[in-house]
Amino acid sequence: MNILMLGWELPPHNSGGLGVACYHLSKALAQEGSSIDFVVPYSAEHPDIDFMRIHSATHLSPLERYGLNAYDSDMELLTDVEKADMNDLKSMRGVQKRYIKYVEQLLETVTPDVIHAHDWLTMEAGIRAKELTDAPLVVHVHATEFDRSGERYGNPVVHEIEQQALLMADRIIAVSGITKSIIVQRYNIPAEKVEVVHNAIDVESFSGYEYDRRTYRYLELLRSEGYTVAATVTRFTVQKGLTHFMRAAAKASERYDKLVYLLAGDGEQRDELIELAAELGISDKVFFTGFVRGKQWRDAYSVADIFVMSSVSEPFGLTALEAAHHDTALIISKQSGVGEVLQSIFRFDFWDADRLADQMIGIATSPGLATELRRNASNEYAKLSWNDVARSCIRIYSTSQQGVVA
Amino acid sequence: MTKQGLVLYLHVHQPYRVRPYSVFDTAQTHDYFNESAYEVATNNEFVFKKVADKSYRPMNQLLAQLLDQHPDFRLSLSITGTFIEQAEKWAPDVLESFRQLVATGRVEILAETYHHSLAFFYNRQEFERQVALHREKVKEVFGATPVVFRNTELAYNDELALWAEQYGYKGILAEGWDAVLEWRSPSHVYRPTGTQNLSLLLKNYQLSDDIAFRFSNRAWSEWPLTAGKFDGWIHDQADKGPLVNLFMDYETFGEHQWADTGIFDFFGQFISEWSGDEDTTFYTVSDAINEHQPSGELSMPNTVTWADSERDLSAWTGNGMQNEALRYLYALEADIIRANDADLLRDWRLLQASDLFYYMSTKWLQDGDVHAYFSPYDSPYDAFLYYMNVIRDLRWRLMQHHDIGRLHG
Repeated sequence: MNILMLGWELPPHNSGGLGVACYHLSKALAQEGSSIDFVVPYSAEHPDIDFMRIHSATHLSPLERYGLNAYDSDMELLTDVEKADMNDLKSMRGVQKRYIKYVEQLLETVTPDVIHAHDWLTMEAGIRAKELTDAPLVVHVHATEFDRSGERYGNPVVHEIEQQALLMADRIIAVSGITKSIIVQRYNIPAEKVEVVHNAIDVESFSGYEYDRRTYRYLELLRSEGYTVAATVTRFTVQKGLTHFMRAAAKASERYDKLVYLLAGDGEQRDELIELAAELGISDKVFFTGFVRGKQWRDAYSVADIFVMSSVSEPFGLTALEAAHHDTALIISKQSGVGEVLQSIFRFDFWDADRLADQMIGIATSPGLATELRRNASNEYAKLSWNDVARSCIRIYSTSQQGVVA
Repeated sequence: MTKQGLVLYLHVHQPYRVRPYSVFDTAQTHDYFNESAYEVATNNEFVFKKVADKSYRPMNQLLAQLLDQHPDFRLSLSITGTFIEQAEKWAPDVLESFRQLVATGRVEILAETYHHSLAFFYNRQEFERQVALHREKVKEVFGATPVVFRNTELAYNDELALWAEQYGYKGILAEGWDAVLEWRSPSHVYRPTGTQNLSLLLKNYQLSDDIAFRFSNRAWSEWPLTAGKFDGWIHDQADKGPLVNLFMDYETFGEHQWADTGIFDFFGQFISEWSGDEDTTFYTVSDAINEHQPSGELSMPNTVTWADSERDLSAWTGNGMQNEALRYLYALEADIIRANDADLLRDWRLLQASDLFYYMSTKWLQDGDVHAYFSPYDSPYDAFLYYMNVIRDLRWRLMQHHDIGRLHG
């Protein structure tokens, strides 16, 4: 099967989970015998990718495009793509328009059996490709504008693009039941058009990795003194609910003083979080790393005893699986999709700081509980495989070709 | 009529700034004050040498020249221990030029904390140790023993005055803030409430700030300020007390106000005009106190500083980050002293510099008055994070090398 895959990033040029998911999905689809043309909006080497053809829609470097990262939708007032200036590659709309033009040209030489578009960034290109080829359009929703904007409303132009594409799509893949219900309830899409396919984790990408205790030496020393490290590895945006995590940390600290918190990552909310920790009087207990990758990123999982995902709205949440792989106990907000594939976890509503505090203290003070959570969660995540995800996608492609319409 | 005396007092200081010190440095390296990159604002040597060229060398040359030309010219300086150390390392000629100024016998050195700290408000014992360290250093370098005290940032209250009297000082400096002075004028000597022999000199902030802050401001209606105009303002003052107390940062000359603003020419002309006048004279801070009896008693129960429109400590202790950092810093005192480790003690004291807390201030974020706040960091949040990591590293060193205290989360 020939797949035209419309994406925004691939490792190592990704700034988050979207690129990781696209990479593993494509790789597994290729292993199932698919032929893939993958379009990205920048030009760069992808040294680890030989299983598909990568097409660069612009000459921008990944760094130049970084300002237009896959997770920003409120960075500018978005205009109608028809009116956007294709030569203005500094604006999101300019790059998106160039991306659409590129896809139009590509379709002169490539004939896809199915078009698979990932998130709002490439949805308009997907619609255009469907118009030109009559191939079915599968829209894969990793996050909606409702998720990205946390407890705020979000960008109306992005909502509109998502609405159009979800209506035009032949089939929709949602990364979780939570995402499916958003698509059904908030975009009024018939439930039968939407299929849930959870993401997986590729444990091979972590092989050959050995934890280096020196990376977070101070934290390791605290652990040897009996401290418990509760960590999160994430972008500091409203979507991630980190202010709730901070408040829970303050509440926990009132009752149990041997818990510390590692916030690995960076983002627009960083300053607010630093200030909040100081206001709550727990700066001493909160460790900010700044942006981490490579060893510092992986070791952040390893130094953690507890991994907290406090997202206000998390379609999936791959980092929780990565944390499980590094043998941490998981506490995941009920608003995070990854909770649908894991049973041995603590759950809390993102706003319920009291409950999160209780759960953290519970794990910190009970080695038995911590061990149970860790061991059982690793059995659960190990069952998830990208090959299963790929097979589900292929099944969905074939039903879309049979002409299932909304 | 007694002569009107100009009391010029300049504050000379450089802190040791903390380099960007991350979680990944914590418990690994302890070189908080050694930025490896050179031409950056957190490299202390780079900053010192830059300010030496722009301010210390040309201003000391001008002061030496004025002292030479005008036998009546006198002034006072406060020079922090951390400044002297940096000058010894990076610009010995600058230190020598200060020595020569003091050697004229017409330049008085004031007492203060060695480390430019706010220790008075957090730990009295440590405060006294730093004052003693400064006294020893000044004695060693300048052969002088200060008799008038100024606290860091001119932070003053009645309690400090009581302390200064008990400690044997004959004078002390404070901001001449209207809210406290009410109808009184900063042009007289006062007696702090509760003291018997201590004399209080108050900064004339109007005239001082005309030079320190407004001099180069083209939006100021009085710009450009000339020596003649400034001299005229002093003579035309409604309240003609015996003193004109001009207190400011030394670095006003050449660093805050660059040479191309004409600040050096202005200063030279103003001093020359003042000297040429028959009914005016110059005083060091001790002269002012010796020549004039207190004209009344003055009480400042609440701490007053020379900073910002609030004239309080809020630029250093105004937000949660600053208060936390101060709390953790001073909580280490007993352990640090007990460890009796010269390197640890030194690092802990350098971390007390008020400048480091000033960099954490978020006041300017609200004011939008970014330029009033100089910081070598990208933001107050960065300043705070680096500082916290250093505090943690100090704890680690205490535990690792002395088996004292414990790490904290």
